Amino acid sequence: MDIRSEILNDKGINPMKSNNPTQVKVEINRQRINRRVLINEILKKVFFASTLFALAVLSVLLYRIIAQSIGWLDWHFLTSKLSIFPEKAGIYGVIIGSVGLMVVVIPVTLILGVSTAIYLEEYASKSRFQNLIKVNISNLASVPSVIFGLLGLALFGRFLNLGSSILAGGLTLSLLVLPIVVVSSQEALKAVPNFLREASYAMGAGKWTTIRKVVLPVAIPGILTGAILSISRAIGETAPLVVLGIPALLLKVPTSLMDDFTALPIQIYYWTLDTVLTPEYANLAAATIVVLLITLFLMNSIAIVIRNKTQKTY
Amino acid sequence: MNQYESKIVYDVKGLNLWYGNDQALKDINIQINKNEVTAIIGPSGCGKSTFIKTLNRMIENVPNVRTSGEILYHGLNIFDKTMRVEELRTRVGMVFQKPNPFPKSIYENVLYGPKIHGVKDKQMLEEILETSLKSAALWDEVKDRLHDNAYGLSGGQQQRLCIARALAVQPDVILMDEPTSALDPIATAKIEELIDSLKADYSISIVTHSMQQAGRISDKTAFFLMGELVEFGNTEMIFSNPRDKRTEDYITGRFG
Repeated sequence: MDIRSEILNDKGINPMKSNNPTQVKVEINRQRINRRVLINEILKKVFFASTLFALAVLSVLLYRIIAQSIGWLDWHFLTSKLSIFPEKAGIYGVIIGSVGLMVVVIPVTLILGVSTAIYLEEYASKSRFQNLIKVNISNLASVPSVIFGLLGLALFGRFLNLGSSILAGGLTLSLLVLPIVVVSSQEALKAVPNFLREASYAMGAGKWTTIRKVVLPVAIPGILTGAILSISRAIGETAPLVVLGIPALLLKVPTSLMDDFTALPIQIYYWTLDTVLTPEYANLAAATIVVLLITLFLMNSIAIVIRNKTQKTY
Repeated sequence: MNQYESKIVYDVKGLNLWYGNDQALKDINIQINKNEVTAIIGPSGCGKSTFIKTLNRMIENVPNVRTSGEILYHGLNIFDKTMRVEELRTRVGMVFQKPNPFPKSIYENVLYGPKIHGVKDKQMLEEILETSLKSAALWDEVKDRLHDNAYGLSGGQQQRLCIARALAVQPDVILMDEPTSALDPIATAKIEELIDSLKADYSISIVTHSMQQAGRISDKTAFFLMGELVEFGNTEMIFSNPRDKRTEDYITGRFG
C-alpha cells in the first residue's frame, strides 16, 4: 500500500479499487455523520439558551422596574423638584443636572478625543513612541471609573477648586470616556481608504485640507457612533460622581455650570440607599431608572441608525 | 539654446532612491519634454511607478524613503526646501492605477481642486466643470447627472472623471500610473484617444504594462529594468531598432 492511500485510510477514506489509482471513493460512516448531526443540534440549543438567558435577564429587569414605577412616573414626577416626601418628589432638577453634564461632556470629549485621534492617525509618524501612546490610551480605557472619580476629585474638585459643580462632574466623566472616544475615532480614521488621501494629495491639497475635505467626511459616521456610545456610558456612570461628593438631597435646581448638582444615576443610588426607612423611595428609584433607560436606549438607537445608514464599501 | 531648454519640463539628473536599504532607482537621467507623451515601460518591480511618483513627490508618503540627485522642474529642483509639495502637485496632476474618485458627487469631484485652491465664483466653477469634463470626454455621458455620486459611474467613466479632476486645476504635466490596467478594452481605447488629444495642451508621462499601448500613444519611451533606465529615446526607434539587447528582449516578449 502506498503512502497516499495510508493517509486516506487514516481519514476514513478508502481508495476505490479501480484502474484509475488517483480516484478515491469515500466510504460512508453513518455513525460519524449521526454524531455530527447530534452535536450540531445540541450546540444550536446551547446557543439559543445563551441568547434567551440575556433576554430573560433583561425582561425580568424591565418588568420589575416598570411594575414598580407605575403610578409614580407621571408629568408631575418629571417637572417637580426633589423633596423628602415621596409623593411630592420629582426629578426635574436631576434631569437638568444630567443635561448639564452632557453640555460639558459632549464638546470636551468630541474636541479632545477627535483631535487626539487625528493627531495619532494622520500626523504622528509611526514610531515606537506613538505605539507607546496608543497602548497607554487603550489601557486608560480599562481603568475602573472610581479611580477616574478620585482623579477628578483631586484635579477638578480640589486643585482647580471647582468643588462638586456640574463642571467638575462633567470634566471627570469626560476623562472617563475620553480614551474610548479616542480609540473608536482612531478606528474610524483607519477605515478611510488610503487611495482617497492620495487622490487629494495629488491635487495639491495639504494635510489638513485633505483631512477636512476627504478623510473626516468619510470617517464622521464612525466617529459619531463611537462618541454617542461613550457619551451614553457617561450618562449612566455613578461611581466617579459619588466620589466627587454629590449632595444626597439637593432641593435647588442648578442654573449654571458652577452650581452643585445631582444626576439620574446618582439619584437612583441615593434613593435605593434609603428604601429601608422610606419604602416609597424604591418606586421613585424605579421611575428614575425608566427615565434613564429610555434616554440610553434612544441614544444607542441613534448610534445604530447612523452606523447602518452610512455604511459604505469601497 | 534657450528655445531648446524651454522645451524641457522635467530634467532628472542622477536620481537615486532607496526604500530603507533597498535601492529602487539607480542613477536615473532623463528629460521629459513639453507636449509629448513619454511612456515608461518595464517589468513589474523595475521602479516605473516609483519613478513617476517621485516626479510629484507622492513617493514621500511611503515611510523610510530616501532620495539623492536632482529633479529639475522648469529649472527648479523639486527637492529644494523652498519648493512646496502642494504647489508642485497643483502643477503636476496625477491619475492612479485604480480609479479613485471621492465618495462625492461628480460635480464635487471635478471641482475639488479649484475649490481647495480658492476659486469661489460660481460661474467660473461651472465653466471649469464643463471644460474639464469635455476635455476628459465625459461631459456628454454625465451632464444630466452632475450631482449624482461618482461611485455610480462605471470603472472607465470613473477613470475619466479622475482625469477631469486632474485637468480642473489646469496642470502643466499629467502623470499617469497604469491608468488603464483596471479597465476593459473599450474604456482603454477611450482613455488612449483622450491622451492623444490632451497632448496638445499638456505634457504626459504614462507608466504602462502594455507595449502596444506605449507604441500607440507615446512619442518617447523609457525602458526601466531593476531600477535602472536601460534605454530612452523616440518610441519608433525603441520599438524598431533598440540599441540595448535587454530592451529588445523585453519588447519582443522574451522576458518580463
